[in-house]
Amino acid sequence: MGEEIKVIVFRLGSEEYGIEVDKVQTIERMMPITRVPKTYSFVKGVINLRGVVIPVIDLRGRFGLPEIEETDQTRIIIVAVNEMQVGFIVDSASDVIDINSDQIDSPPEVVGGIKAKYLQGVAKVGEERLLVMLNLSEVLNKSEIIQLEGLEE
Amino acid sequence: MDMNQYLTMFIDESNDHLQSLNENMLQLESNPDDLGIVQIIFRSAHTLKGMAATMGFEDLASLTHQMENVLDLVRNEKLKMQDFIFDTLFKSLDALESMVQDIMQGGEGKADVSSIVASLQAIVRGEGPAAASAQAEVAAGASGGSAVHAGIELDEFQYSVLDQSISEGHKVLYIQVTLREDCQLKAVRAYMVFELLERSGEVVKSHPAVQEIEQGDFERIFSLYYITQKDAQDIEGQIQGVSEIESVTVTALDHESLQQMAQASASVAETAATAAPTAAPAPSSTPSAPAAAPSSGKSGDTAASAAKAPARSGGAAANPSRTIRVDIERLDVLMNLFSELLIDRVRLEQLASETNNQALTDTVEHMSRVSSDLQNIVLKLRMVPVDTVFNRFPRMVRDLAKTLDKKIDLVITGADTELDRTVIDEIGDPLVHLLRNSADHGVEPVADRIAAGKPETGTVQLRAFHSGNNVFIEIEDDGRGIIREKVLGNALKKGIVTQAEADAMSDEEVHQLLFAPGFSTAEKISDVSGRGVGLDVVKSKIVSLGGNVTIYSTPGKGTNFSVQLPLTLSIIGAMLIKMGSEKYAIPLSSIVETSAIKRNQIKNVHGSRMIHFRESLIPIISLSQVFEVPDFDEEQEEETEILIIRKGDRLAALTVDDFIGQSEIVIKNLGKYLPAIQGVSGATILGDGQVALIIDANAFIK
Repeated sequence: MGEEIKVIVFRLGSEEYGIEVDKVQTIERMMPITRVPKTYSFVKGVINLRGVVIPVIDLRGRFGLPEIEETDQTRIIIVAVNEMQVGFIVDSASDVIDINSDQIDSPPEVVGGIKAKYLQGVAKVGEERLLVMLNLSEVLNKSEIIQLEGLEE
Repeated sequence: MDMNQYLTMFIDESNDHLQSLNENMLQLESNPDDLGIVQIIFRSAHTLKGMAATMGFEDLASLTHQMENVLDLVRNEKLKMQDFIFDTLFKSLDALESMVQDIMQGGEGKADVSSIVASLQAIVRGEGPAAASAQAEVAAGASGGSAVHAGIELDEFQYSVLDQSISEGHKVLYIQVTLREDCQLKAVRAYMVFELLERSGEVVKSHPAVQEIEQGDFERIFSLYYITQKDAQDIEGQIQGVSEIESVTVTALDHESLQQMAQASASVAETAATAAPTAAPAPSSTPSAPAAAPSSGKSGDTAASAAKAPARSGGAAANPSRTIRVDIERLDVLMNLFSELLIDRVRLEQLASETNNQALTDTVEHMSRVSSDLQNIVLKLRMVPVDTVFNRFPRMVRDLAKTLDKKIDLVITGADTELDRTVIDEIGDPLVHLLRNSADHGVEPVADRIAAGKPETGTVQLRAFHSGNNVFIEIEDDGRGIIREKVLGNALKKGIVTQAEADAMSDEEVHQLLFAPGFSTAEKISDVSGRGVGLDVVKSKIVSLGGNVTIYSTPGKGTNFSVQLPLTLSIIGAMLIKMGSEKYAIPLSSIVETSAIKRNQIKNVHGSRMIHFRESLIPIISLSQVFEVPDFDEEQEEETEILIIRKGDRLAALTVDDFIGQSEIVIKNLGKYLPAIQGVSGATILGDGQVALIIDANAFIK
């Protein structure tokens, strides 16, 4: 029997994703974002989160999904990993659920177009619901971003 | 009594006093005849002695006591300050410092100071007073309790008030109160005495001044002139009733004795400015006395002003700023909470203007004012002047010069430049190292300097100043400079570079070799610097603070170590500008001026765009193109606002959309996730809660 973990569930397009709750600092509504020039294309800019300047990433852009207009449901999830604070823009975030680590299967080769290395696994919740668990340190891995950017040029 | 609760206070105050002793001793050394400084030193030493004795640190107290003996002779002009006396006193200060250090670490503050004590005593004996002045001293001691005192100088007005009061039949009393040595609350006792006296009369003049007495800023004794209807004995009895009073002398004065006292005080005002009552025979032995005798008015004034000067500076030294220590993290939290408050303030202001409710508008306006005051304080809390690091350097350089047998002047400028507390805490050791290096390797021995046609005293400049988003601390000596061949020879020997590399190196690269690990140029290893661990450690420390250090050197002329430090989380003045819908901040320090130019004034020179500015051509850079601003393009404007920016002596123009105004901004970093962005040095949070990027003007000038 694996351990129980709490997971924040958010949506990008039709997919549902999960981040362990202890990596999430807070979830904010959309707020004014200051554009930062000459940086990665998926970095939307920086926000002022209670006096701390935090870069915000468009997670759609990061995963190569098409951008959409923001809605009432759009949220910024602030995560803290490896002493970095970063905000993720997601389509919506509303749920916190308990899952058992046994429910998480290792990731298949390709899930929804996202490279498998960003994924920790896929959790099966209930009968139909599939939750893609993110591997945050990979999502925020900078050396890999630099490679990616290099390829694009 | 449990002394523990006083221990931290004792340590803090002792450190303050030691610092002021050090500073004033240095001042005295360059100005040995200024007795005013001796008074200040004496007072600090005395206070230190009192505190140490109260806390039961006997070694500390006895050493200060011996110092006090020497200083007492000096201030009474029975002993001239000489080099060896300075050395002994400085040694004593060092011993005191190490004792206080020991106490800080929880020790007993014990140390073997017998040799220093012995040499202090030798000074007192060996340079003892001549027969005549010795007698005077005895006389002073003997007549200490006698009727006529000369503790207070009176100005003409006060004198006439007292004189008139006697004529009108009031009683004029001269009262001298001595508190008990173990009195804990001097100011309170003194206040009680004053309160008592003011019930039945008027205090005309007191020594020390009333404010100083109220702050407890006096020795055990204070004296005053008092006008009353009551009997001297009556008053004496009442004052005796106040607890912790050792003795009271009340002397009733008539016309004659008042005049006598006024004259006597005029001539001895300076020496009597502290505690011990000096005997009246002074007038015949002091040259200024005959002049004072005919009319006490004028010379009384000069004496008073002479006595006032040391008293004022003494007050400053004896009242070190009151401080508490606060965890920096708490300040961070405070700052962040405050930023949140600012956002809400702006929202409230908007709401108030929409609802059109006068009472609400007034309240919000008041809140805005309070919060902007609060903002100023919050922002300044973390900033500390570099003086807190610099203040120990004059003493250090003096000692170094002595050890090395060189003559070195340390000139400090920009000590009020403010740096973030975290940087201040770390920068001390690297600076010590660089200063030692300059004193040891930079400045030549006196003989060499004369041979080279330089003044025999070398100068080491220690400068701090803001530039852009950095604080620079420069240490520049006028010594022998860095000799390329020597450095390269040494680097080759140590295997740091190969011959081929050495040949190809520019002078700047050679200079940087000094920071290579395991490099030491001094031929003989001295205990001052040159153990081969040094400059590389300095460099890595500075780099770890996000700074940099560079060397500029001219052989024969001197060397300049320039330490560049970031202003992490500090406040700078900035110009806020608009580019379409985006706002940016540019540090004022890099702006030369603002202006506007017409499109046809821009010239194309060799494919780059230039404009005329003060008889020279400078490049003009489009900020909107560099930053790819989506909703502004100055190409559509006939006239464009420009900012002339500066890096060193080079200038460039930046085109902008519009100026918003100047503002004090807090520098924040962009977080660890984003890579360094050229042209952007950080971000700040504007009054409306939005983030604005801070433009690094240096990046636009190659």
